[in-house]
Amino acid sequence: MTTTTPQATPAVRAQRVRRGLAAAPFLAPGMLFLIVFMAIPVGLLAFYTFFKRGRFGGLVFEFTLDNWAKLAEPLYVGVILQSIGLALVVTLLALLLGYPMAYAIAGLSPKWRTVALVAVVLPFWTNFLIRTYAWILLLNNAGFVNQWLQALGLTDEPISMLYTPQAIVVGLLYMYLPLMVLPLYASLQQLDPSLREAATNLGASPWRAFRTVTLPLSLPGALTGCIFVFVPAMSNFVIPELIGGGKTVMVGNLVRDQFYEARDWPFGATLALVLTMLLVVVIVIQAAVSRRITEGPRRG
Amino acid sequence: MAEATAPATDRVDGAEATDAAPAPGTPRARRGRRRGILVPLWLGYVFLYLPILVVVVMSFNESRNLFVWTGFSLRWYPELFADGAMMQGLANTLIVATGATLIATVLGTLLAYGIHHYTRGGLIRAFAIAPAILPDLLLGIGLLTFFSLLSFTLGLHSVILAHGVFATAFVTAIVLARMANLDPSLEEASRDLGMGPAKTFVRITLPQLAPGIVAGALLAFTLSLDEFVIAFFTTAPTQPTLPIVIYSMVRFGVTPEVNALATLLLLVSIVAVISAQRLTRLTGTSR
Repeated sequence: MTTTTPQATPAVRAQRVRRGLAAAPFLAPGMLFLIVFMAIPVGLLAFYTFFKRGRFGGLVFEFTLDNWAKLAEPLYVGVILQSIGLALVVTLLALLLGYPMAYAIAGLSPKWRTVALVAVVLPFWTNFLIRTYAWILLLNNAGFVNQWLQALGLTDEPISMLYTPQAIVVGLLYMYLPLMVLPLYASLQQLDPSLREAATNLGASPWRAFRTVTLPLSLPGALTGCIFVFVPAMSNFVIPELIGGGKTVMVGNLVRDQFYEARDWPFGATLALVLTMLLVVVIVIQAAVSRRITEGPRRG
Repeated sequence: MAEATAPATDRVDGAEATDAAPAPGTPRARRGRRRGILVPLWLGYVFLYLPILVVVVMSFNESRNLFVWTGFSLRWYPELFADGAMMQGLANTLIVATGATLIATVLGTLLAYGIHHYTRGGLIRAFAIAPAILPDLLLGIGLLTFFSLLSFTLGLHSVILAHGVFATAFVTAIVLARMANLDPSLEEASRDLGMGPAKTFVRITLPQLAPGIVAGALLAFTLSLDEFVIAFFTTAPTQPTLPIVIYSMVRFGVTPEVNALATLLLLVSIVAVISAQRLTRLTGTSR
């Protein structure tokens, strides 16, 4: 909490100790709780990655690098790349769909803005598994989308949509779209309208004013939204399993399987840590890029 | 900020109108463009609400078949309440959410106060908020590994502890945000008048923080109600929470009871969202 520097005088040190003692009743219970139930469990996972698996889960205390070496196997590289690809497609689609939505909401009157925002968030508060299940009702061969398509005469045979990678994309997009709209709305709503006004007064077409003024200024919101969508989409294992039928494996499914079916906890821990590291890298890049965007114009 | 935007947009439109010369069709064209902007919004709503609508409509279906509408019936609602597994899951979920919220509200509020007053760097703050950002999968398997290493029997108590972790992070973040807006002079005055830190905290700070604490507790409770992944890894198979019950139903065979459950949960969340909105508006005007 308070770091003691070597040159600290006894008086300063005593004051620090007193401060630490005053802080302890507030900080200690929560910190202790988080250390025991977050830091130690996650640290334990990191530790597990260097040991051999036990026969029925757990591990054998024998040092090995096999778990990390195993990641290079084409099967696992493929799964990781496939997860990144699917999550990227979902993020891109969420941006394409969410941007016009956020833009439209930001242009509404204050009263309707609130209603429109609540309407975006409301599905998010209904149970995650029920929303997943709803897509099974829609996409099943006997489901409603096929019923409607057949009623419209667009197809005679039911089109198989459930248990495809596309279904996973739709499911993930559905789940996380609100997380794209909210930060986008926040950045669009903060834009100073006089900037756009100035652009149009100086003769820019509405499209050009949008492209040169609104779009660059809304980029930080867009990046935040992309992170909000990409991160949970990447580690989700329920949608690939229930809507993807388990055929398209994502990293999350692999981790789950290591803990339940394969009973290879050390390798499951390795996969989960790799996933987390990937997400940390993505978040760090996002932070750096958005810092450059917000500082860029001032520098010149 | 909102009021400031409205006249400004009008001004933009006014400027456009003079630029574009007094063509008679202009206002209509502008209105058309405004409606055009709304088209993607409506499409987005169709995408967001169509699945939910289908579930709600099918909850009133007579047939056991999930995909064929045969006629109106309310039969799935009483059947839902007669379903032992579902009701047990609901009870388990409520126990877990209550326990996790209690832990999170106490620890999160104390943490926020301690961080705000006694730490300068962002390290402890980042650590306290980290569980909110940590992938649920990592926390889930980490706790599973940890509990099994200690031969800790899994059950609702382990889910309560696990949910307490991320819920604490959310409460801390919300109370900290509220804390930043507080007037520090009240606390200073209280200390100058001779009240100790503990008394100042209870008498002066807590009442001012109350709206933030309530908001944090509500968020913690709702997140715990809906949480699946961490509960999946940290509970015993005999003590599933409601999301886990739904998960196994979807995997092994759904009855239309799920539709009825979905409709009721939707109703609860609509009421909760509206009352939360009212609550913030009420506390907003009283300040």
